[in-house]
Amino acid sequence: MSTINETRPADALRAGDRQADERASATKPLGGIAGWMDDRLGGAKGVSFLAKKVFPDHWSFMLGEIAMYSMIVCLLTGAFLTFWFVPSATQVVYDGSYVPLQGVTMSDAYRSTLGISFDIRGGLLIRQIHHWAALIFVVSVFVHMARVFFTGAFRKPREINWVFGTILSLLACIEGFAGYSLPDDLLSGTGIRAMNGFIQSAPVIGSYMSYFIFGGAFPGEAIIPRLYSAHVLLIPAILVGLFTAHILLVFLHKHTQFPGPGRTNKNVVGYPLLPVYIAKAGGFFFIVFGVIALISAVVTINPIWAYGPYDPSPITAGSQPDWYMGFADGALRLLPGFLEFETFGFTWSMNIFPGSLVLLPLMWTIIGVYPFVEAWVTGDKREHHLLDRPRNAPTRTAIGIAGISMYVVLFLAAGNDLMAIKLHLSINDITQTLRVLFFVAPPVAFWITKRICLSLQRADRQKVLHGRETGTIWRHADGRFEEIHAPLTPDERWALVQHESHEPLELTAGKDVNGVDSPIAGKERLRAKFSNFYFRDRVAPATPSELEAAHHEHDAHAAAPEGGHEAIEPAGASQERETIKADKQHG
Amino acid sequence: MNENDTTDHGTSTSLVPASDAGTERLPASLIRGVDQFENPGLPPHVHRAADDDPAAAKRAERQVATMFGLSMLATLVFLVSYFAIPDEATFFFPGIGIAKTQNVVLGLSLGFAIFLIGIGAVHWAKTLMSDEEIVEERHEQASTPEQRAKSVAVVNEGVASTHLNRRPLLKYSLGGALGLFALPLGLQVAGSLGPTNIEELKHTIWDPKDNGGKPIRLMRDPEMTPIRFDEVTSGSVFHVMPETLQKYIDEGKHVLEAKAKAAVILIRLDPDLIKVQKAKDWGVDGVVAYSKICTHVGCAVGLYEQQTHHLLCPCHQSTFDLTEDCAVIFGPAKRPLPQLKITVDDAGYLVAPAGFAEPVGPSFWERAR
Repeated sequence: MSTINETRPADALRAGDRQADERASATKPLGGIAGWMDDRLGGAKGVSFLAKKVFPDHWSFMLGEIAMYSMIVCLLTGAFLTFWFVPSATQVVYDGSYVPLQGVTMSDAYRSTLGISFDIRGGLLIRQIHHWAALIFVVSVFVHMARVFFTGAFRKPREINWVFGTILSLLACIEGFAGYSLPDDLLSGTGIRAMNGFIQSAPVIGSYMSYFIFGGAFPGEAIIPRLYSAHVLLIPAILVGLFTAHILLVFLHKHTQFPGPGRTNKNVVGYPLLPVYIAKAGGFFFIVFGVIALISAVVTINPIWAYGPYDPSPITAGSQPDWYMGFADGALRLLPGFLEFETFGFTWSMNIFPGSLVLLPLMWTIIGVYPFVEAWVTGDKREHHLLDRPRNAPTRTAIGIAGISMYVVLFLAAGNDLMAIKLHLSINDITQTLRVLFFVAPPVAFWITKRICLSLQRADRQKVLHGRETGTIWRHADGRFEEIHAPLTPDERWALVQHESHEPLELTAGKDVNGVDSPIAGKERLRAKFSNFYFRDRVAPATPSELEAAHHEHDAHAAAPEGGHEAIEPAGASQERETIKADKQHG
Repeated sequence: MNENDTTDHGTSTSLVPASDAGTERLPASLIRGVDQFENPGLPPHVHRAADDDPAAAKRAERQVATMFGLSMLATLVFLVSYFAIPDEATFFFPGIGIAKTQNVVLGLSLGFAIFLIGIGAVHWAKTLMSDEEIVEERHEQASTPEQRAKSVAVVNEGVASTHLNRRPLLKYSLGGALGLFALPLGLQVAGSLGPTNIEELKHTIWDPKDNGGKPIRLMRDPEMTPIRFDEVTSGSVFHVMPETLQKYIDEGKHVLEAKAKAAVILIRLDPDLIKVQKAKDWGVDGVVAYSKICTHVGCAVGLYEQQTHHLLCPCHQSTFDLTEDCAVIFGPAKRPLPQLKITVDDAGYLVAPAGFAEPVGPSFWERAR
């Protein structure tokens, strides 16, 4: 066992593994319908390539799948709903089977939604599946984004796909908002009323935008059909188009993988599409769909019949949007009123505009450009197919958590009234606290996260150098107690030492020989500052020589009875050390 | 050897010295030493029970088949229940309450019919299908320099044959035409989405002109019955619409548009509590009327706290103090709720003689003009 990889490179198969190419030793000729199709399409060439396509396995890779499947469920059930939903604000008198609302004047949209809920058999189920699938879609999109962010999967060559995903997530929110506004119940109508307020807050063009969108005065009869065409045609078309591009790019780039023994930046280790991924991913579609149906069977979502039809005069307490619009609603609750001012008789609604029309595009722009910022700071132009463990990119992880903490503060603010009621607190205190937290929480979250990441990295080093705690306490003949540490196997160790560690950039030659600032010096200075911010608290991964030094230390300790808690070496340990030496020579 | 930090073919087996051409792709911030651990390669493959034991494989097969079988059963339940369960049937669902039987049974059967297919397929994949990893090589995304050069040559050749480079007239006229052709489409949609009538934002149907110049009676919403002054007892709250709304209701047109600006809340409180003289003067013996449309984004300010005399908007919690002429005391709204001047007519009913003195509802650019 001089070295593990002497006979076989790390990315090679084990002896006895079936090679991907050898699998398809088809002896049966292609005929029948498949042959007929291939005569016309030539699909057989692609099939063998596609069937062998390898996907790596990890639970977190299913998050994007959940998003994909819940979107398909939305498309399917949405098509069903269009058969009965009437996108019209024309006022009618309800005569359906829901007694409490009989004789009430309402829009045709609301009447038909009541019809789907009460008079179409199974209609309520389809409606609830649609709404639950939409909520799960947006959740899974966000969690999938977080996974991609924290593991650095957005790095070259996947920046374009990150931007696609960013746009997709924004569209998902807008699509959801348009969707839950359609039934024209009191709650969603109040949401549209607030939307009108947001639009009117835009400087100069706000009032005109409002009249354009509503086709006249609010609420008018145009908004429901317009939202409908946006919800069932315009946005889904872009959504499905971008989603297809998103998936095609995943195919093109091959999926990223977590680092591990045998996994390198130049290979992808996993299972083939046929049959394993067809079964696993295909099966997972049924699991996601099934779970959504089970939830929809027993948990009511958006009981529009309880709200009544939209009317600008009444209102319900605790009016809140669906969860994914919560952060924007929270921003509106936190912005203080004094931000509104007038100049020359024109009104600047800075208590509304930043939290409504600016917040969403701004937030998504920041998310979208992050990969380019990080690439500029690191100066890294290489492709990355191995994922980072979040702890190994402490600053990125901390930035992510700081952003999330800001989001969470806004999200909580959207529930300030409910918190006040349930927790018996003053709503004013809650709002003031959240206003402060909006500025205080992100830096605190940043600092704590970074410290945790660095500590975890140090713990990794510790584990590599001194072995894993076995929990076995050894009592020596002289009465000393000692916990036995077991050295890691090369496989275990690899996960803890394989990562790269950047050092902050040093400024080089800011001025030329004549003492004149070079034209790029300013930019480089900024870059050096950023680089310092990112990498100054670096914890380098353990190296073989450090491990060797640690072993020598152990030996020294073992000789002296007062040695601390160091590892007692099992029989294989000396061999282990030889391996390390061999590694060094090899490298 | 550390393959995960470079994608350069041919240079990856050892560290690249600083002078090597391959280093130009390395970030300057990355310090790499020779002192690094080596990738140990794929771990040994561990066989599963079903790989070696035919009995375990058989068991797995039965488990998968059972799930598929139960799925079929659930589908049958759905088909039968669709016809068997009446629309109005309800039952008590423990932990949830009264539930619509049809929705629960159809949903559970559909859910299990689908879910069990998924669980069966995944179990099949995990127990019986090969779990030997396959290693696929990655290749750099970028094309080779030769491919790049070839594509440039092909494109240049194509462009040259269009004469675009040699005939600037073609280039500029094409650019102009392509740049402009979207304008008609944009104009059509933007120009026809309207109509716009910004002045309308400042107008409500409380304006006496809408009532032939006569004062407008305050009506209960939604009953549309007039309110006598003596019916407004201390501490009572009325949701109010103008008499002029009746015309819209009768015609069945633009009711919501009119209501969206005309909603008013009428409250009687102890006149001594009102600290602002104007507020007192515009009311009648402590009976005051204010626009119910929030000056923030336009929700109905529907929550009145009897004890504190605060009006609270349930959307974003702007709080208005009735005793201070509805000034904002908390929350994101800036302006007070506009007050509606009211008096009592000869018949003893509450009327509004003058309409609102300022635009109601959320701010807009031209509001103060």
